[in-house]
Amino acid sequence: MATIFGLWGLFFAYCLIRFRSKKNPTADYAAASKGGLLSFLPDVMVLGFEIWLIFFLGLPIWAEIKEDFPKPEKSNVVELVAEQFSWGFQYPGADGLFSKRDPKQISSGNTIGLDANDPNGKDDFVSINELHVPLGKPTIVYMTSKDVIHSFFIPEFRVKQDVVPGMRVPLWFEPVQTGHFEIGCAQLCGLGHYRMRGEVVVDTPEEFEAWKKEKTKELQQTSS
Amino acid sequence: MSSSPEHHEPSFIRKYVFSLDHKTIGLQYMFTSLTFLLFGFGLMLLMRWQLAFPGKPIPIIGGLFGDTFAPGGIMLPEFYNQLGAMHGTIMVFLGVVPLGVGFYGNYFLPLQIGAGDMAFPRLNMMSYWIYFMGGVLMLSSFLMPGGAAQSGWTSYPPLSVIAPPGQTMWLISMTFIITSSLFGSINFIVTTVNMRAPGLNWMRLPVFVWAQFITAILLLFAFPVLQAGAILQLLDRVAGTSFYLPAGLVVSGTLLNRAGGGSALLYQHLFWFLAHPEVYVLILPAMGIVAEILATNTRKPLFGYKTIVRSIMFLGVLSFVVWAHHMFLSGMKTSLARIFMVTTMVISIPSVAILSCYVFSLWGASIRFRVPMLFALAFLPLFGIGGLTGLPLGFLPTDIYLHDTYYVIGHFHYVVVTGSLIALMGGIYHWFPKIFGRSMNEFWGKVHFWGTVVCMNGIFFPMFIQGLAGMQRRLYDPTVQAHNATTQILSPFQLLAAVSLLVFQFPFIINLFVSLFKGQKTVENPWEATTLEWACPSPPPHGNFLSLPQVNRGPYEYSVPGMKKDWSAQNE
Repeated sequence: MATIFGLWGLFFAYCLIRFRSKKNPTADYAAASKGGLLSFLPDVMVLGFEIWLIFFLGLPIWAEIKEDFPKPEKSNVVELVAEQFSWGFQYPGADGLFSKRDPKQISSGNTIGLDANDPNGKDDFVSINELHVPLGKPTIVYMTSKDVIHSFFIPEFRVKQDVVPGMRVPLWFEPVQTGHFEIGCAQLCGLGHYRMRGEVVVDTPEEFEAWKKEKTKELQQTSS
Repeated sequence: MSSSPEHHEPSFIRKYVFSLDHKTIGLQYMFTSLTFLLFGFGLMLLMRWQLAFPGKPIPIIGGLFGDTFAPGGIMLPEFYNQLGAMHGTIMVFLGVVPLGVGFYGNYFLPLQIGAGDMAFPRLNMMSYWIYFMGGVLMLSSFLMPGGAAQSGWTSYPPLSVIAPPGQTMWLISMTFIITSSLFGSINFIVTTVNMRAPGLNWMRLPVFVWAQFITAILLLFAFPVLQAGAILQLLDRVAGTSFYLPAGLVVSGTLLNRAGGGSALLYQHLFWFLAHPEVYVLILPAMGIVAEILATNTRKPLFGYKTIVRSIMFLGVLSFVVWAHHMFLSGMKTSLARIFMVTTMVISIPSVAILSCYVFSLWGASIRFRVPMLFALAFLPLFGIGGLTGLPLGFLPTDIYLHDTYYVIGHFHYVVVTGSLIALMGGIYHWFPKIFGRSMNEFWGKVHFWGTVVCMNGIFFPMFIQGLAGMQRRLYDPTVQAHNATTQILSPFQLLAAVSLLVFQFPFIINLFVSLFKGQKTVENPWEATTLEWACPSPPPHGNFLSLPQVNRGPYEYSVPGMKKDWSAQNE
């Protein structure tokens, strides 16, 4: 890309100086049909470069990032319910099973609408704007939205995926170091779009287990 | 053929307001769209202030917006979103397209094919007035409760469906604008096919005519799809339907009382099915203008005329099968993305071919550096940047990171502003002597050119850096997010460039109006150009040509060996 731009640029600059009307008062009529096949060189260069890009980089990398998901049983699985203007992460609790969600049951105490009648949901807990993930194994996030389209973007992880109401779209990543990383919204979602942010906290596996226990304890305290 | 001049003097209103003459309609398009461009640019200046100094009161004019938009002069996020949506809409649909197609197409297409007028003059007049009404409606939407449309120029549902009433106004005025475009495009196609002068076969058409012809076809096929999409969205808003709404939406804690069953992605497909061909509607007329200016000022035939024409056709066809590259991350099936990546990469080939032909045209030339030529020359590298920076967006792995960041904004502004708009400005300098029979001031033209080119780069180049740093688009206050803080330092600089860009438009505006009345009178063909529009008097009278031109040669016969003068007009 930069190469072809550079070559174009050099040729362009040379022509502007060499063929200015003072230096070259009469134009060469035949120059318009010179060059023949050689004039297709830039097109061929770009085509060749693009074929290499598509088949050797584009398709394999796309497949790895967006199509070949790690096995759920070997990953940390989270459900995400986005809304104007926050991220709600649902964890399955100790049983590893997610509760169904019911939009009718959404209230101020149950922002993502966990279904109270679903036995799988007894130990599910929700973390708002804070996604905890363990180091050392992949995380899969199944994403949906309550209201409008959002886009889940972690700049440092180079991952992004639109979060669409009425759809359940997955995304996965595997962190390589512990720490705090910012989540931003990349799709205009209303007046609070700019402040719809969250945080990914990458824990060591021990810290992650401790955090889950703590959240489960909080849940029991509030329900009892 | 209706080329015989009418000899009665029409009334003032018939002559200047409800005129049937393609030239008057063209000029109406020109002045209206230039006004819209200036207005849309003004909206951008407000946004750039907010981005440079988030939360600081807007200086000087801050008090004018009132408490609904900017209490105490400090812009509200809702207002910022309105400015963003309206800036995009106005610039694309009311500014660049009406200038490139409405003005240039109307004025010069009939002249370059040696016709007396458009095929359907009444349809032509209607097209302008519908566009004008659409524009007025669009501006008036700022007065709606809750302000103008604020869901981006793309207006994705469900956000746009639950937005304040300004969005309804947006949809209605879009319907007007689209209708106007359809009337225009049918007219261009019929005129080009049926009204070419004797001897003007397809391969003797100037590149400008080819570009306008293909553009008209794109408009005709692409725009009705958005028309349908907009009407469905209008029904979702006002008639309680659910074309774009899935079941169970909960907005601010309240369950939306809708049947559901719709798809939010359906609208995106309908929108981009228009809006990608739309990109070529923005750029093709500009490419046509650049071809004319280049040939005239290099004093030689364009390099690879046939390659250029074929590439334009190829672009036109391919532009209909790349739309979903705007939707790689939308949740659309991932295997579809593979196909659209391939088509998107392929479409760069004809663009590279056209640009290469233009650059090769300089070889062996005798370049005259006059104002229009400066604009045409600037188009080449700057459009090159715009085009090449598009590749990482069409390429899946890099698009994941760059999608919806400032990198995208930088890319399409290089295409549309330093590409299209630069060429459209150059075209005004090129054809001004033909339109008004007077010439524009060279010195102030050069001031305008250099100031404009430098400032445009000052605004848009930093966007690539911001985008690569991960700054998302459409953020009212980017500094709220930590990863955007590093590039915040560029924003005041961009504001400065934007304000300077405004300052450098004054030489142009003043030059335009002063030259209109006081400019030096010119001859019929001041640039010694070959195409047919230079064969009629300046300004062309009603009916254009004094006698029907007979075309004997191709469009760019400059410096033909053995000829005394270095140009041979098509009708000689």
